[in-house]
Amino acid sequence: MSQEPLRPIRLTLYVAGQTPKSLAAIRNLERICEEHFPGRYAVEVVDLRTAPHLAREHNIVAIPTLVRELPSPMRKLIGDLSDTEKVLVSLSVNEA
Amino acid sequence: MASGEGIQKSPTGIEGFDELTLGGLPTGRPTLVCGSAGCGKTLFASTFLIHGAREQSEPGVFVTFEERPSEIVANVASLGFDLDGLIEDGRILIEHITIDASQVAEIGDFDLEGLFLRLELAIDQIGAKRIVLDTVESLFSAFTNQAILRAEIRRLFDWLKDKGVTAVITGERGDGTLTRQGLEEYVSDCVILLDHRVANQVSTRRMRIVKYRGTAHGTNEYPFLIDEDGFSVLPVSGLSLDHHVYDERISTGVPDLDAMLDGGGFFRGSSILLSGVAGSGKSSIAAAFADAACARGETALYFSFEESAQQAVRNMRSIGIDLGRWIEAGLLHHVAARPTFYSLEMHLAIMLREISRRRPRLVVLDPISAFIDSGDPLEVQAMLLRIVDFLKVEGITGVFTHLASSADLIETEAGLSSLMDAWILLLNREASGEFNRELYLLKARGIAHSNQVREFLMSEAGLRLLPPYVGEGVALTGAARRAEENRERRNEASRRDEALRRQREVDHRRRRALAQIEALQAEIEADEAELDALVRSEDDYARQAVSDASGMVEARKGR
Repeated sequence: MSQEPLRPIRLTLYVAGQTPKSLAAIRNLERICEEHFPGRYAVEVVDLRTAPHLAREHNIVAIPTLVRELPSPMRKLIGDLSDTEKVLVSLSVNEA
Repeated sequence: MASGEGIQKSPTGIEGFDELTLGGLPTGRPTLVCGSAGCGKTLFASTFLIHGAREQSEPGVFVTFEERPSEIVANVASLGFDLDGLIEDGRILIEHITIDASQVAEIGDFDLEGLFLRLELAIDQIGAKRIVLDTVESLFSAFTNQAILRAEIRRLFDWLKDKGVTAVITGERGDGTLTRQGLEEYVSDCVILLDHRVANQVSTRRMRIVKYRGTAHGTNEYPFLIDEDGFSVLPVSGLSLDHHVYDERISTGVPDLDAMLDGGGFFRGSSILLSGVAGSGKSSIAAAFADAACARGETALYFSFEESAQQAVRNMRSIGIDLGRWIEAGLLHHVAARPTFYSLEMHLAIMLREISRRRPRLVVLDPISAFIDSGDPLEVQAMLLRIVDFLKVEGITGVFTHLASSADLIETEAGLSSLMDAWILLLNREASGEFNRELYLLKARGIAHSNQVREFLMSEAGLRLLPPYVGEGVALTGAARRAEENRERRNEASRRDEALRRQREVDHRRRRALAQIEALQAEIEADEAELDALVRSEDDYARQAVSDASGMVEARKGR
């Protein structure tokens, strides 16, 4: 799975406060990244409760929302990322 | 603000709606406006928001899930709203929320906290008191997990209530339900259903207040209108019943007709029906009514279902009535609409709105029979009843023309006679190869009126009513009247000649007699003179005789 040429992955996770869903999403994302893209990922967690204007700027409606900034095109995932397979498919970073 | 007296209400600025709901939408609570596509939901919502920002100093947030902000600005600009100006002043904020389902994958549990945060940000940014969400359906199509969506929508309504903003949420109408999800109507405090129906190829917009917690509201369907003036609801019932009753009489514009009505015309505020066959002069008399009202300096409203304003002005000029000057002076408003242009209730609604706006003293409907074909007779009657009632309540004189299908028909299809205070019957009768217009006052409540059928003449000099020729048990009009009058004139002439001749004869005889009297008088005088002379000579003779006799005696004595 990780034999592909390593491309950098930049992800932004938008959460709102310390809700169970947000915490679960953060945990799940870190686990997935550690397991599947070690060393080539960068995750930024944005708490919209402290910076609500970013929700408008980045057009965020659902919480949690994971945005794949790189590689482009931009992709959005919503939910607590509890299904690893689905997350990997949706992020589809292993495809060319 | 005052409390205790039920719930607070926020006016929407929608003509008719605020009256209907006794104040507007529930303040600080969510209202659902639902309906199918193109029924005016967005316009309703925009009007509510703009009115709040402009007139009520209640800033508002417009949350759009579908249209772009520029499109919304353009849409309301066509109705004369300067949304850009309000946005610059910070009184309106448009929040555009797009969700492209194709870009989004759903994995696991989520909520719409992002939406809430954005709404909160927008509300706090301008201190909004009002908010519009157009339309929440978009959220359902954007996300696949409907269970979460339903819970979140429910939370959204509660959240809006907690925020204390007056919210209007639009929703698509579902199949057999008010909304697609069958959810929003239960969590809203007020539900307004907009409808757009087509019957007989005529479309009618209707509005119904399905639910309004904590307040009395009309449950009827009310027609509404979207035109250059925006959104207006037209409440057609719920009128009070305190009629104005006027003793004042107003001229009909036809002096001869006024004369038939005990000299003074009809009572102000009465309903007058002009019925007659085609070409019997209904519109002309109606125009005379309007002309007379404007000449008194009052405003009049002329609803024509057959002629345009220009046509009416031109046609009436030919009978010496210049309506053009009243239109220019702003006293007369001519509203022309084909009967088939709107549905019946829409016509009614538009008429009532025009009347409410212009506040005329006289209203003409020409002709009401135009509606008979466009709907069920019962509906037509109900509609006319409403308009007659409305005019009565407002103390406006109503003139209604009605095209009768037959000359002998002394009844109207819509059973109008009982509604009317006065009824002028116009006849166009054929006799000896010509048609003559006739006018008859069938009814005039409370006014002594002539029972005669008058001949009705229209010329450049105006409208005139000629007394008919009455003689030998028949009243005659037209050529028959003129022939009869000519014959009468001839008879009269010869009779006059005869009288003159007789006069002269008598005079002659009298003078002759006088002459005779004079001659006899002279004779008498002569005789008297002669008699006098005779008497005198007789006396002389007698005296002589006496003196002679005494002389004789003296002589005989011989002294």
